[in-house]
Amino acid sequence: MPAQEVELILTRQLANYLNMPVFIVGPNGDLLFYNEAAGELVGRPYDEAGQLSLSQLETTFQTMNEDGSPLGENDLPVTIALRQGRPAHRRIRYRGFDGADRLIEVTAFPLDGHAGRRLGAVAIFWESEQQ
Amino acid sequence: MKITLWGTRGSLASPGPENLRYGGNTSCVEVRGSDGTLLVLDAGTGIRRLGDSVEAGVKRVDILLTHLHLDHIQGLGFFQPLYREGLEVHIWGPPSTKLDLATRLSRYFSTQLFPVRVGDLPSHPILHDVPLAPFQIGGLTIVTDFVCHPGPTLGYRIAENGTCVAYLPDHEPALGAPDFPGDPQWTSGLDLAAEADLLIHDAQYTDDEYPGHIGWGHSAFSHVIAFGTMARVNRLVTFHHDPAHSDAALDRFIDEQRKTCRLPFELVPGTEGTTLQLAT
Repeated sequence: MPAQEVELILTRQLANYLNMPVFIVGPNGDLLFYNEAAGELVGRPYDEAGQLSLSQLETTFQTMNEDGSPLGENDLPVTIALRQGRPAHRRIRYRGFDGADRLIEVTAFPLDGHAGRRLGAVAIFWESEQQ
Repeated sequence: MKITLWGTRGSLASPGPENLRYGGNTSCVEVRGSDGTLLVLDAGTGIRRLGDSVEAGVKRVDILLTHLHLDHIQGLGFFQPLYREGLEVHIWGPPSTKLDLATRLSRYFSTQLFPVRVGDLPSHPILHDVPLAPFQIGGLTIVTDFVCHPGPTLGYRIAENGTCVAYLPDHEPALGAPDFPGDPQWTSGLDLAAEADLLIHDAQYTDDEYPGHIGWGHSAFSHVIAFGTMARVNRLVTFHHDPAHSDAALDRFIDEQRKTCRLPFELVPGTEGTTLQLAT
């Protein structure tokens, strides 16, 4: 498997040191990495889960609106960051690996590297105090 | 391919009796293709003597810059072939996210720092932002990629007829990677160096010095060994030696690495003037 672009490597290294949940998503939406803090939200550490493809992501995490109504893939902040190239923020409800429902806030932004390459997106999560 | 090391010192030119064998000149490596193609990797102070050796019959020179830190461009204005009218000179290097190479390099060739402007050089060098897709110069195929070092910094992989040399003079693959050298997919520069016949790599610090210089963009000796092992290279040349490391100290550091374990490659001390031949 080829090595990741250096911008992604550096982002992952930063995420490793942050005590706030961070996801790094590749240009096609695959989940490339999440940090230790995100592992608590996901319900499984990255070392156990590993990288997930877009289709695995969609089936693994059941995302909903705050009121429990279905949330379309195109409305997810990370999808907006990837496909529209702009930051996005939303409060969502989801079910992780451990089966627990959680209410979180998500901010996602695109990761653009040298020569205009869209390398992916970064999503930062906050567990909402309202559950 | 024939590779000659004209400057293997890092950060600052460091002439002196204690540095006679490894040399005091900063980064510069000559690569000659079997068809005579001449590449110059970086333009540290070592490029001055290289310039004197470029034969009158040479029609084209390509200078490939990894980045624009001063120790990699300081010799450029003293490269005599730049003053040869009619010689075709191409300078390749990384753009920043907002500025092209020509704009960035013109800061060096400005009246504050140097008396000659790029446009006044008799060879009228052509400046290129390095393409991120493989490209060809003569019979040599060049692959480049950004690597871990402050500011836009490239590594190069140059191949000819099935042999290749990888050049990563300023590189900190262990930066912020607590699992280094654990995960190839998340190791900067690994694709460039993979199974190279020759890897020329940053070896600035001892393991004791590295913790005080994290984030400066350089490697400790044990990192270089680990990186070369992970990349499965055949030969590894130490490069970008710290100005404070004398010949005696560098010999000792290299001996220590050789004694630590059975190395899976030939470890070559990067001494100035060394020529290495890659069989095709």
